[in-house]
Amino acid sequence: MTTAVYELGHLDALEAESVHVFREVAAEFERPVLLFSGGKDSIVMLHLAEKAFWPARIPFPVMHVDTGHNFPEVLEYRDRRVAEMGVQLVIASVQESIDSGRVREQRGPRASRNPLQTVTLLDAIEKYGFDAAFGGARRDEEKARAKERVFSFRDEFGQWDPKNQRPELWSLYNGRHARGEHIRVFPLSNWTELDIWQYIGRERIPLPSIYFAHRRTLVARDGMLLWPCAHLPLLDGEQTLEATVRYRTVGDVTCTGAVESTASTVEDIVAEVAATRLTERGATRADDRASEAAMEDRKREGYF
Amino acid sequence: MEMLRFATAGSVDDGKSTLIGRLLYDTKSIFTDQLEAVERTSAQRGDEYTNLALLTDGLRAEREQGITIDVAYRYFATPRRKFIVADTPGHIQYTRNMVTGASTANAALILVDARKGLLEQSRRHAFLASLLRVPHLVLCVNKMDLVDYDQGVFDAIAAEFRNFASKLDIGDLTVIPMSALAGDNVVSRSVNMPWYEGTSLLHHLEELHIASDRNLIDVRFPVQYVIRPYSGSHLDYRGYAGQVAGGVLKPGDDVVVLPSGLPSRIHSIETKDGPVAEAFPPMSVTVRLEDEIDISRGDMICRPHNQPSVSQDVEAMVCWMHDDPMRPGGKYAIKHTTRSARALVKELRYRLDVNTLHRDEEAATLGLNEIGRLRLRVTAPLFTDPYRVNRTTGSFILVDEATNATVGAGMIL
Ligand SMILES: Nc1nc2c(ncn2[C@@H]2O[C@H](COP(=O)(O)OP(=O)(O)OP(=O)(O)O)[C@@H](O)[C@H]2O)c(=O)[nH]1
Ligand SMILES: [Mg+2]
Repeated sequence: MTTAVYELGHLDALEAESVHVFREVAAEFERPVLLFSGGKDSIVMLHLAEKAFWPARIPFPVMHVDTGHNFPEVLEYRDRRVAEMGVQLVIASVQESIDSGRVREQRGPRASRNPLQTVTLLDAIEKYGFDAAFGGARRDEEKARAKERVFSFRDEFGQWDPKNQRPELWSLYNGRHARGEHIRVFPLSNWTELDIWQYIGRERIPLPSIYFAHRRTLVARDGMLLWPCAHLPLLDGEQTLEATVRYRTVGDVTCTGAVESTASTVEDIVAEVAATRLTERGATRADDRASEAAMEDRKREGYF
Repeated sequence: MEMLRFATAGSVDDGKSTLIGRLLYDTKSIFTDQLEAVERTSAQRGDEYTNLALLTDGLRAEREQGITIDVAYRYFATPRRKFIVADTPGHIQYTRNMVTGASTANAALILVDARKGLLEQSRRHAFLASLLRVPHLVLCVNKMDLVDYDQGVFDAIAAEFRNFASKLDIGDLTVIPMSALAGDNVVSRSVNMPWYEGTSLLHHLEELHIASDRNLIDVRFPVQYVIRPYSGSHLDYRGYAGQVAGGVLKPGDDVVVLPSGLPSRIHSIETKDGPVAEAFPPMSVTVRLEDEIDISRGDMICRPHNQPSVSQDVEAMVCWMHDDPMRPGGKYAIKHTTRSARALVKELRYRLDVNTLHRDEEAATLGLNEIGRLRLRVTAPLFTDPYRVNRTTGSFILVDEATNATVGAGMIL
């Protein structure tokens, strides 16, 4: 680090802000949890949490809200990473929510378990008594997320009230809440997709292989390239195709699309992201296409 | 790359969101799918042109009403800088959200509709920006297209604003005539206003000198979290984690810890990536001291000959942000740096009229969006500096203990 001028580059400034947020939560809450999907944002979040408490271990568990529709590469990554770091992994299973009758599985070829995750998430928060949940959402992702506070209050139903958010001044976060309520905390609020990739490159953070270009058998459906597997059967008349692709986001296999790309290193991806003309969710998420306010509506109900 | 945070301000419909939309559009920071969605919504609503304000007005209620309700954060970069934009609401009801967006800003853009001139809300926002000590203000005289790009209109508004601003504490003021809708003087100089000799808004934001806005003199390190690994190789490790609030810390520096007053010396400044030679704002680091002394969250590390004020009595300007008015005698939770305590309002010294800056010493309460000077008694001493010297050690929030709502924002005098 140069010491002649006291300036921080943008990645260092973002890192410092996120680390501050992690420590604030660890100091003020009784039972925080970090929501970990195995996607790049939650991976960066975990990396920042590790920095915040080093040389001590991360003082809270991580939780995967598991739809049961995973990319195997991502599950394998999750288990390896969690073991390396010695953190406790809690799995909140959408399948269990279905089996116990808490939610009903959608039917039909375009069924998705994505909306069901909210119930599983809120049930797990209640069951384990978590009072703060770190999420990897970024404000640059989506227009409703652009409106959210770093400390986002949730009532006893887990709901977000976007018209009545607490003022949030300076870096003085108000985490006070009553029993049964909780706070969603977004340490990556001010990071952009490009920042995330530049940081992954700088810090040499390993990622699941599906983020890099590979050959894959896919099906083109609703303007997206989906991966046909046991959870995503082909519809009548659909044909598979082979393509060189990578994933820009990682979620439930039934609603996460691949993008055509030959970017096989982080440097390639940084260049690709800098030049892209499509938002990452626009390019890859079927769940956002339901309506203009799909994300806001899901977030109000307690989604990530 | 250096990062600059700026916020919009000004009255309802003066064009703040449109300006941000225009900045994003003209810097090619908008993605195709975002633009298509905005075009689709505009067309459905029957707008004559693509309404760029929809790029930041993302909530259902905002789109229905055509106003901004809460801050939207947007991000863009030019080859010179990275920008974090807080587009704030002009509506008086949502003033607290404007305050939220402006509290961390390096610069505030105050928009005025050229046809309407300065309104009460323009004055209120200019006053709030100066109270929050946003270091750089830009008065954007907008909608010049609707006044035939007339220099006379611009000059009159600029003069009126400078007159008002002279009564405020404003570090740096620039005035730019523009049309957010047509893009005049937003990203490039306008051909419609040859009489204007300054730069475009974007150029101005790229050139602003912001490095000296931080306090690098007075060492202030609020202890945020004590790191004790209790594990094999680090059995006796004890580190004080926090974000530097002021000054430059170095290993070997003599320090004193507040409130105990115990002296020690900095042994090392650590991060997971290794030790650092110097720590300065806003770095998040872990400080280790040479002596084992009892230190916990809320304590403050500083230099022996440069200490903050240590007191349970606090004088501050407070911006009230809740429907339930503030009354002398009220008790609130207070959060100041990493300290939490309780505060009793001893006295409301005066309430300010934001239009005239008149001080009403008879006022008995502070209502929503009102600003006044308070005297507080706190249950534990706070380690403070005047807000004008340090935005971090000079600020606090008040929280209602029954509802947990954030009700007040304080700037220490
Ligand atoms: N002619 C003209 N119209 C403009 C200009 N800038 C904004 N407008 C229009 O003014 C109206 C209000 O614009 P907004 O950008 O929503 O105003 P705002 O300041 O963000 O409003 P709030 O956020 O609700 O306070 C819209 O109809 C815009 O199209 C301009 O430069 N010229
Ligand atoms: Mg607006």
